[in-house]
Amino acid sequence: MKYLDEYRTPWIARHILTEINNNVTRPWVIMEVCGGQTHAILKHGIDQLLPNKIELVHGPGCPVCVTPLELLDKAIAIAARPEVTFCSYGDMLRVPGSDHDLFKVKSTGGDLRIIYSPLEAVKIAREHPDRQVVFFAVGFETTAPGNGMTILQAEKEGLHNFSVLSSHVLVPPAIRALLSLPDNRVQGYLAPGHVCTVMGWQDYEAIARRFKVPIVPTGFEPMDILEGILMVVKQLEQGRYEVQNQYRRSVKREGNIPAQEIINTVFEVADRNWRGIGPIPASGLRIRQKFADFDAERKFPVSSIYPREPEICISGQVLQGLKKPKECTAFGKECTPEHPLGATMVSNEGACAAYYKYNMARVGRI
Amino acid sequence: MNVDINKYSCPLPVMDHDTVQLAHGSGGKLSADLIANFFLPRFGNPLLDRLDDQAVLALPPGRLAFTTDSFVVDPIFFPGGDIGDLAINGTVNDISMCGARPLYLSVAFIIEEGLPFADLHRILLAMEAAADKAGVAVVTGDTKVVNKGSCDKVFINTSGIGLLPDNIQISSTNLQSGDRIILSGSIADHGMAIMTSREGLSFQTRIRSDTAALNSLVDCMLQASTEIHAMRDPTRGGAAASLNEWAKSSQIGIVIDEETIPVHPQVRGACEILGIDPLNVANEGKLLAAVPADSAQSVLEAMQKHPYGKEAVIIGEVVADHKGMVAMNTSLGAARIVDMPLGEQLPRIC
Ligand code: SF4
Repeated sequence: MKYLDEYRTPWIARHILTEINNNVTRPWVIMEVCGGQTHAILKHGIDQLLPNKIELVHGPGCPVCVTPLELLDKAIAIAARPEVTFCSYGDMLRVPGSDHDLFKVKSTGGDLRIIYSPLEAVKIAREHPDRQVVFFAVGFETTAPGNGMTILQAEKEGLHNFSVLSSHVLVPPAIRALLSLPDNRVQGYLAPGHVCTVMGWQDYEAIARRFKVPIVPTGFEPMDILEGILMVVKQLEQGRYEVQNQYRRSVKREGNIPAQEIINTVFEVADRNWRGIGPIPASGLRIRQKFADFDAERKFPVSSIYPREPEICISGQVLQGLKKPKECTAFGKECTPEHPLGATMVSNEGACAAYYKYNMARVGRI
Repeated sequence: MNVDINKYSCPLPVMDHDTVQLAHGSGGKLSADLIANFFLPRFGNPLLDRLDDQAVLALPPGRLAFTTDSFVVDPIFFPGGDIGDLAINGTVNDISMCGARPLYLSVAFIIEEGLPFADLHRILLAMEAAADKAGVAVVTGDTKVVNKGSCDKVFINTSGIGLLPDNIQISSTNLQSGDRIILSGSIADHGMAIMTSREGLSFQTRIRSDTAALNSLVDCMLQASTEIHAMRDPTRGGAAASLNEWAKSSQIGIVIDEETIPVHPQVRGACEILGIDPLNVANEGKLLAAVPADSAQSVLEAMQKHPYGKEAVIIGEVVADHKGMVAMNTSLGAARIVDMPLGEQLPRIC
């Protein structure tokens, strides 16, 4: 594997920053869609280095953050069942549901396993035929092929004690929904590089044309992000609105076809509720009827879920780029990573967590 | 540390079984065999050989440092070392971080039934080599064997005592504004060696753990200056945790410079891929020291002459500002908080 330092060399960064400065004549609002990019921006302090005319707003690209509350409540109910071994990524365990989180289920005797890769869950099912193993598969298009693979693998091996609680969302419909908001301020987008690696960027071309916004699939290293911003700024200043690929070392226009085939085999597009944002048509992936046996939502029907969000939390507006975490009155007070009120304070990709973790405002500077 | 098995080419003792059985921990004949064939040949010394239930030590007057630590690591063998090295070096380092000279250790094993004797032998060889290198003696020990599933292969607890010279006052409550923060070398090697071997990630060069006993490095530092204010080996939670603990305990602020912090290229690559901050990753052979400005240079130079301090560097300083918090100037020229890591480092999911 390759050393990535060339993407963070300070003198290249300064060069790109000068270029951005030289090109900016008017104020622009740019959204980085992916939480991984938000994290990198705060971590390296990129927001502090940009000219004042450029405002970065943070997008909804945090899969943990947008997993709908009712699904999380469902996960909590399923994980508490005595016959279930519930497998999840670590981040999901701390996300507050209506009443409590998955950690609570673990500490009160639920069989919860933190896993690092999807196939680990299949392995657990193979090794424990007496247990119902449920894998909480959360993510964007990026993780859908790997998560879909678990179902294909379980089917191949006849592991009928394995099922998936799927919460997959799609980025392009979300960008459309945000652009259609009456109070939308965003004029250009950094599209998520990893998602585009899988899906390509054809879907974004129609959005760029229809809404007249430049969209730049961008990587996650500081240099990637700065170059992505420069590309968006140049287009904005020149009145162009195209899809232009910054993340050339990873993204192709057509994406990764075999990965897309796995997604299409296992999942179909469905309407999806986004936590904090609400329902977005055709914005999620649902497990196909053909694989109903492996769909935890069908296998463990959970009734009477009445999701309740804490009133004080404005994470919905944060996820839509309408407000910054610092504008939330609970930020850093009632709400911290140790005691999160909303999902955006939990995940590493969440904007509230990234601000809390890195932004110098907390030490009284800036 | 790097154990040259050939140098310690003691053959695996012949036993009736290939693996450790429950009866080997029962206190009966099999226990005696295990001790006689495996433990005594490795750690044997007059204090241990008496096989009493306790070691009786004659110590000079003065202050003692006393510490204990338990070692549970998966996998038990990893590039650069194994659980045995960690168990010796970790306790030696904990004693050394207050400026004490480690002398004696206890070692207690909890072994999962079924552990291959070959693995136990390999661990013991590593512990023997590590103890020799650090110049400490194992003077008492214990072994328990538990049912399969009751522990993961082997857990090791070590405790240790060391002598603390009178003129030394090293404590995490001692940092003062103006102190320089010295780091003894590259960070995140141990944690990423473990994580990449666990995740099955392959890199062009294998990442090796930095496990090492730092007592001789500390000796060199104290010879250069006895004015060192604080020392820490940044293990779990990494450098970020140690610096934050200092900032809180001494009620001072700390500012570090990202560009000065050595991170080996393959380690940085692995951190990027897994979405992990090297500052939060465990080290097992590095130390941080807070040293008054006027002696910082001489301590630094002494460290750079020692094999475990070759890459030593001043990474920042103590400030009166933002008490209780750590800030970092990023290599791009911005500033950010370095927060206390919350829990275990988890690879990102997207
Ligand atoms: S700071 Fe906490 S309460 Fe406020 S928006 Fe973020 S997650 Fe919600």
